[in-house]
Amino acid sequence: MGVFILYPFVSTVVNAFTDRRTLIPGEFVGLANFRELLHDEMFWIGLRNSTLYVVGVVPALVLLPLLLALLVQKNIPGIAFFRSAFYTPVVASIVVVGLIWVWLLDERGLVNSLLETVGVGRVGFLSDQWLLLLSAMTVTVWKGLGYYMIIYLAALANVPRELHEAAAVDGAGAVRRFLTVTVPAVRSTMVLVGALSSVAAFKVFSEVYLMAGPDGGPAGEDTTLVMLVQRTGTGLTGRVGYASAISVVVFVVTVALMLLVLRADRKEDA
Amino acid sequence: MSVAEKVQGVPPAVDAPRRRGRVTDEHGKRVRVWELALRYVLLLAVLALTVGPFLWQLSTSLKGPTEDIFSSPPKFLPGDPTLHNYERVADTIPVWDYALNSLKVATANVVTNCVGAALAGYALARLRYRGRRVATLVFILAMLVPVEGIIIAQFTTMRELGLNNTLVGVVLPGCIGAMNVLLMRNAFLNLPYEIEEAAFVDGANAWQRFLRIALPSVKGTLAVVAIFAFMGAWDDFLWPLIVLSDPEKFTLTIGLNYLHGTFANDERLVAAGTVIAVAPLIALFACLQRYFFRGVGEGAVKG
Repeated sequence: MGVFILYPFVSTVVNAFTDRRTLIPGEFVGLANFRELLHDEMFWIGLRNSTLYVVGVVPALVLLPLLLALLVQKNIPGIAFFRSAFYTPVVASIVVVGLIWVWLLDERGLVNSLLETVGVGRVGFLSDQWLLLLSAMTVTVWKGLGYYMIIYLAALANVPRELHEAAAVDGAGAVRRFLTVTVPAVRSTMVLVGALSSVAAFKVFSEVYLMAGPDGGPAGEDTTLVMLVQRTGTGLTGRVGYASAISVVVFVVTVALMLLVLRADRKEDA
Repeated sequence: MSVAEKVQGVPPAVDAPRRRGRVTDEHGKRVRVWELALRYVLLLAVLALTVGPFLWQLSTSLKGPTEDIFSSPPKFLPGDPTLHNYERVADTIPVWDYALNSLKVATANVVTNCVGAALAGYALARLRYRGRRVATLVFILAMLVPVEGIIIAQFTTMRELGLNNTLVGVVLPGCIGAMNVLLMRNAFLNLPYEIEEAAFVDGANAWQRFLRIALPSVKGTLAVVAIFAFMGAWDDFLWPLIVLSDPEKFTLTIGLNYLHGTFANDERLVAAGTVIAVAPLIALFACLQRYFFRGVGEGAVKG
């Protein structure tokens, strides 16, 4: 364990300050890698896309699974089937999920045939830079829904029923009760989901890799940071030192994101 | 732990007591008909969105070479269902070998994680020695390091060990998950200490106490570890993609990516490949649902 997590972690940080390549040990170069990052257009594209991913995916993954959990909370007949069915995308490999959606969103795929049938016309989901990123986000949300739904279900089971009844007696409608009773009661879970999903979103690789291709879509404009790490650091000519520098950035941002979300939680408490 | 117990309790409870023609919720209160209807409509809509794409993939994989898969409006059911595409996918890539590779990797991952996490978890929870708290802290810190951030260093480590491009190399970095160790530690900590004390008085050594008393009591958590280890290894993509370069050693996920890249225009083939990759997991999930749900609860609280 120490060998496969802690040692690589330390050596990543050390390598980030060297010009090591796959076959060449390399030498200490100080901050040269980080200076190069500042002028590397691809790095900024990656940082932009990974950040956009967090901004786009996290609100959806905090809110939608909560609504879904409310929908499957009541023990009506057959509900266990629905709960399991909604969880299926979580079980499937991201590669399978990615390929399913590549086919669904294909120029001639199901979504476009349906759009054409209703008269909207075909949309190039996988050819436009922004639509592609948006499609990948949709896939991430789709795959994550069931997972966070289960987390919310557990939290909802702890909400005292009396609170809802009292609010209902006071004449609060469903929306009002959701905002004044449910949301405050599961707030700490929402923070947890926010932290988990933002860290996961920043590190996104597979969805975009599969949908945009190894080169990151048109002119590489859909490259994410982890894709950049994979592309620069591996293979026989991999620039290990430079890729490690990007890894360090990924690591720092993920830790910062986690602290930020947890801190926001504490502030609200005070 | 409380979250985990709740999750465990939630899914299996399907039918609250009810009489004919009258649907009640978990508190025995009557549910209004229009509200129930609305719920089912919404449930079916979400069902179509979550399961629909899988069914469409299955349907595509069963459509014969002469059938138009691009038709508009789309045809949801194959006109003349055939398994022909599954034969073709096996001719194009060694899909069964890939499945076997995935199975090997996943099985190894289950064994190493169960054995390693149980031993390490027990050591952290029960044995007394210097540096126990430091050891626990190390595992917690290790859990926070994102795999994506150290993957290049893992790759160079594997090269140095001469294990790149081998299945052993695929298994090694994930062989003992830090989170699994902590899950097992917590499970052991939750056992009443008195039983082990009694065994200790009776002269049982640590090894006997571990095997005979502690381990049988945490079977549930062990099952969770096993399932998530299997699923994690079977579904993993980034690490095998980096470490494996020889097409003969590909796992299913990498093989599918390769199939997609090489034969992207034959959607029927790719569809058949994805069905092969996803079917075993869906079957596993259908049989062992409650452990899957339980794992989410425990993992989320600890992770």
